[in-house]
Amino acid sequence: MQPFSSDVLLAADGPGQPGEEDVAAALAPRFALGAAGRARTVRRTWLDTFDWRLHRAGLTLEYVTGPRPAELVLATAAGNLVSQPAGRMSWPALVQDLPPGPVTAAVRPVAGIRALLPAARATSAVQDLRVLNPDTKTIAWIRADRTTVNHPAPARLPARFQVTAVRGYQPQAQRVSELLCAAAGLNGHPDRPLDAALAAAGQRAEAYSNKISVQLSPGMPARAALQAVLLQLLDTLEANVPGTIRDIDTEFLHDLRVSVRRTRSALKLAGEVLPARLPARFRPEFKWLGDLTTPTRDLDVYLLNYGDMAEALVSATPAELEPFHVHLARRRVLEQRALARGLRSAHFSQLAREWRGALTGLTVPRTGERAADLATRRLRRAHRRVLREGRVISAGSPAEQLHDLRKRCKELRYLLEIFASLFDPQAYQRTLKDLKGLQDCLGEFQDRQVQQQELREFAAQMMADRALSADPVPVTALLAMGELAGGIGRAQQQARDEFAERFGEFASPASNRRFLDLTESTGQSGGRGEPGGGRPGGGGE
Amino acid sequence: MKILATYNIKGGVGKTSTAVNLSYLAAQDGLRVLLWDLDPQAAASYLFRIRPRVKGGGKALIKGSREIDDSIKGTDFADLDLLPADFTYRNLDLVLGATKKPTRRIARLLAPLSDQYDVIFLDCPPGISLLSESVLQAADSLLVPLIPTILSLRTLDQLTDFISSSDGQRPQVLAFFSMIDQRKTLHREIAERLPAERGDVAAASIPALSQIERMSVERAPVAAFAPHSRAAQSYQALWAEVRDRTL
Repeated sequence: MQPFSSDVLLAADGPGQPGEEDVAAALAPRFALGAAGRARTVRRTWLDTFDWRLHRAGLTLEYVTGPRPAELVLATAAGNLVSQPAGRMSWPALVQDLPPGPVTAAVRPVAGIRALLPAARATSAVQDLRVLNPDTKTIAWIRADRTTVNHPAPARLPARFQVTAVRGYQPQAQRVSELLCAAAGLNGHPDRPLDAALAAAGQRAEAYSNKISVQLSPGMPARAALQAVLLQLLDTLEANVPGTIRDIDTEFLHDLRVSVRRTRSALKLAGEVLPARLPARFRPEFKWLGDLTTPTRDLDVYLLNYGDMAEALVSATPAELEPFHVHLARRRVLEQRALARGLRSAHFSQLAREWRGALTGLTVPRTGERAADLATRRLRRAHRRVLREGRVISAGSPAEQLHDLRKRCKELRYLLEIFASLFDPQAYQRTLKDLKGLQDCLGEFQDRQVQQQELREFAAQMMADRALSADPVPVTALLAMGELAGGIGRAQQQARDEFAERFGEFASPASNRRFLDLTESTGQSGGRGEPGGGRPGGGGE
Repeated sequence: MKILATYNIKGGVGKTSTAVNLSYLAAQDGLRVLLWDLDPQAAASYLFRIRPRVKGGGKALIKGSREIDDSIKGTDFADLDLLPADFTYRNLDLVLGATKKPTRRIARLLAPLSDQYDVIFLDCPPGISLLSESVLQAADSLLVPLIPTILSLRTLDQLTDFISSSDGQRPQVLAFFSMIDQRKTLHREIAERLPAERGDVAAASIPALSQIERMSVERAPVAAFAPHSRAAQSYQALWAEVRDRTL
């Protein structure tokens, strides 16, 4: 029996679970069932990244264990199945830790550096049934799958039937599927089992995203808009705390930091619409939280880029640089511990609790500035500041000036993201693209600046750590780090050389026009938010 | 991909039983196997419960107007497929005769299947014909069942001479004794003596056993319905020797 790529998947329509006799009755008299083998019990773990990258890509990944060797099974959006042996795995796991095979190859580009986590767990009774023609020749197999979900909540899924044609008998197998649909109450459009398992627990896939997805309306009070955004940022922040503490992958911390930075920007740039005591009380708190997360993230960035950096060495070898790698990994262990301690501290839980309390307890005045007006006013000001600060930068300007401009760009970017739902989506994407080119250049410049400083600090730390040991830092390692510093310096210079062009694009009349179009789109019905909703004849404050 | 043909000029010597059982055992070994039932009597197709019909008949297949892939049927056993017989195969000589380079035709038809199969068995009709010449050109090895009689040995010599006088690729010949009647002294003597004397005769042999005849009742390879029987063990031993000497 050769594998047949277009298996037909059927599921019971309702909670009823058609049995073998129902299947046999549906197929008679044209087909009969052969003697059935014993059902086997398999355990399934559905896997996805925390931000549902596989689900968004239409992929369903299962880890199946049972009497047969464990395997990973990947279903594509088109319903094709790919599998590979997996051995004993424990989850979460990074894709780089999966055994090589077609599933790993298909999952790697989608999951990237994110770990695979169990999204749901179930136990299934699986039985393979032979479908025989009048010559008692097997023309198809029916795999009956009766699944009970154990996690996130107990539930029984509708029975599923996978009809696989024996090679050369596709038309007969098609007929089998039709008979099952007609007589056994099955349908040919089953939900993805993961979705059904999550639905049974009142959950849904893709519930988490690090994007700000609050739907604002132009006419809503500015304070209500900011409240909704800040609450969602707090949700995102808190959602990433357990993964950051457990150090599941680097992106929990990344998303947590983005939420903190967005919150800080919102408080700084639009905090005036909140009662004055709130920014005064919480801005220093979020600065503390941001600072707590910085050392680990800086090391993450170093370690994520380490392979590329080591490969780019010309004079030194990757092996000579290895002591530096070991040092980075050790530092990270220490910094991660400090970070986890901070996130488990009473200080942090009090901050999160009181911040949520303050936000939910906000009173929203019936009069006052509209969300669209706040967005327009703040965005224009942030945009003007970027232009003003950028225009005075020349080839000889100190690095601090570029760093300051980068901060202004980030503020503009966060304002755009916070108020995204108020804008015309196309105008929003265009403006974001204009800004992103400049941000990438400034980010490259500043990251290299920081890396240069850190590299010197790391070298000093390595020397100090081993000063008293019998095993000093090899000279070759320091030379390799010197070469690394040279490469970083060149990359930084390249970013500086590109600055004038990038800024020129951002400050061009066409780009300015696009920005104006965007801010003018906020109060209009073209935006993603509901128009109106504010005071009659709103605007003009 | 290796191509093994069960072939003998004589009929009724156990070619089809050998092809069916060895192809089954090869698939059980984890090889991807195709069996082409070239005999219009369609015994191999019958034994796998597959109707002897190929769309467009032998002509479409040989001329290449229909993809060989589309005519392949899965058997009831993993990794074992069958290209069924068709009654029009009785005219394959005529069809082959009308093609360019007829003796290379079978080899050319099978070449594209090399990424799908590890072994292809050809179950050939008896006789010497254009079809058998084409099979000899395509096959890496000929598995020749012999009934242990003096006349059968003459036939083997005739076959060996025929192959050595032919042009192009010459398959390895591996004969083995089949349908040995243990009650007959002559059978026993020849079957014991010859493998030691001739390099082209296998040590393993297949006795005449009622379980092998039962295949037509069970419509399955012996090892599938009577895995512990003497018949199944004989085919196991033969397959082990064929695998070692030809693959």
